[in-house]
Amino acid sequence: MNVTIVDYNSGNISSVINSFKEVAKDKVNIDVTSDLNKIKSSDKVVLPGQGSFKSCIDALNNISGLVDTLNEFAINNKKPLLGICVGLQMFADVGFEETETKGLSWISGKVSKIDNQNRKYKLPHIGWNQINIVKDSKIFKGIENNSHMYFVHSYEFVPEDKNVVSATTDYSSNIVCSVEKENIFGTQFHPEKSDKTGLKIIDNFISL
Amino acid sequence: MLKNRIIPCLDVKNGRVVKGINFVDLQDAGDPVEQAKIYSDGGADEICFLDITASNENRDTIYDVVEKTSKKCFVPLTVGGGVRSVEDINKLLNCGADKVSINTAAVQNPEVVEESSKKFGSQCIVLAIDAKKNGDKWEIFTHGGRNNTGVDAIEFAKKMEDSGAGELLVTSMDRDGTQVGYDIELMSKISSMVNIPVIASGGVGNLDHLVDGIKLGNASAVLAASIFHYGKHSVKEAKEYLDSKGIPVRI
Repeated sequence: MNVTIVDYNSGNISSVINSFKEVAKDKVNIDVTSDLNKIKSSDKVVLPGQGSFKSCIDALNNISGLVDTLNEFAINNKKPLLGICVGLQMFADVGFEETETKGLSWISGKVSKIDNQNRKYKLPHIGWNQINIVKDSKIFKGIENNSHMYFVHSYEFVPEDKNVVSATTDYSSNIVCSVEKENIFGTQFHPEKSDKTGLKIIDNFISL
Repeated sequence: MLKNRIIPCLDVKNGRVVKGINFVDLQDAGDPVEQAKIYSDGGADEICFLDITASNENRDTIYDVVEKTSKKCFVPLTVGGGVRSVEDINKLLNCGADKVSINTAAVQNPEVVEESSKKFGSQCIVLAIDAKKNGDKWEIFTHGGRNNTGVDAIEFAKKMEDSGAGELLVTSMDRDGTQVGYDIELMSKISSMVNIPVIASGGVGNLDHLVDGIKLGNASAVLAASIFHYGKHSVKEAKEYLDSKGIPVRI
């Protein structure tokens, strides 16, 4: 099996690569590339994302044909895709970080700044927070409710259809921290930095 | 609920772990990769490497340490010391650091923070403030505490928040290595002035100091070196103690 981590100059993805290689060992081949043919032929795709919503979308658009290839992979061919952090946020129709930016429109909704409630909550939301699993998601197999995950973000995904939400976390409000829509998975937290529980989620995705 | 973080810090020189008293009088105490792994297995919420003599010496050893550590530890890894340029940050991130802390460069050339937070995202830019009390204010020291810049620490913290720093790592130079506790006044002042998380550092000698850093200093995270490194306390003990004092921690 081939799992491709999309390398589209979205910032630091070495931790994502290290964690997937750690879990995959020799059983699964992990590619790190923006090569469209490799993405097309892979079994699963990981879409990481760091920095701002706008910078990630711009970086995707900078690689000719990449968005179309991802659309074909995830929407037409319905192959499993995992978005991490801004990778998840880009599923939305629109994001408001820096400036209003169009997203991939895979899951209807918007990405807006977390309400800090008049400076009551520090931003970014950095550190370990518990996830409240609200839907049986395939990537949560063997993961206990209220497990701790590592977060670092200031913006949150607000999907229109709450049925896609698989977990929330409590920071200022119930922030959506994981989604599942058919073959499309996303985590706002960083499974690659969430120690053994995070690696278990990666394992679950690889084993889908 | 977001948990307060405990961050063991490993001071690294020439690829080996050391911890000085007031930044001099160093003792060699182990392999950083193994130490980091022990900490992450023991429940550390994050690991911090500080390359203490990096401003003066060959830096390549730290890249090797970071690369090896990031393949074994799956909790966030922050690396600082001797980071001067956007290119230095890029190199550390590529080796597997999750965050990079900047101090000397930010004071001399504040644009580094703005440029790097735009390029890599605020989430990986930690601004390190090494401050010493002078009268009724705190001034920033650079180069491992050797140079007084005269820059007001609190004003600079606010400025760097506006420039895109994601977190502040605040070290009291008066307390560092003394084991008498954090400079609580400094921590709480900075924490109340900015809306980004503050990591308290410098002076931890016992577990109550960690409690004070969070409860009185309003720090989001507490960083300590010696109390963990010389086996005085484990990270697990620290967390259980904080938990017993009503502080939310990941256990």
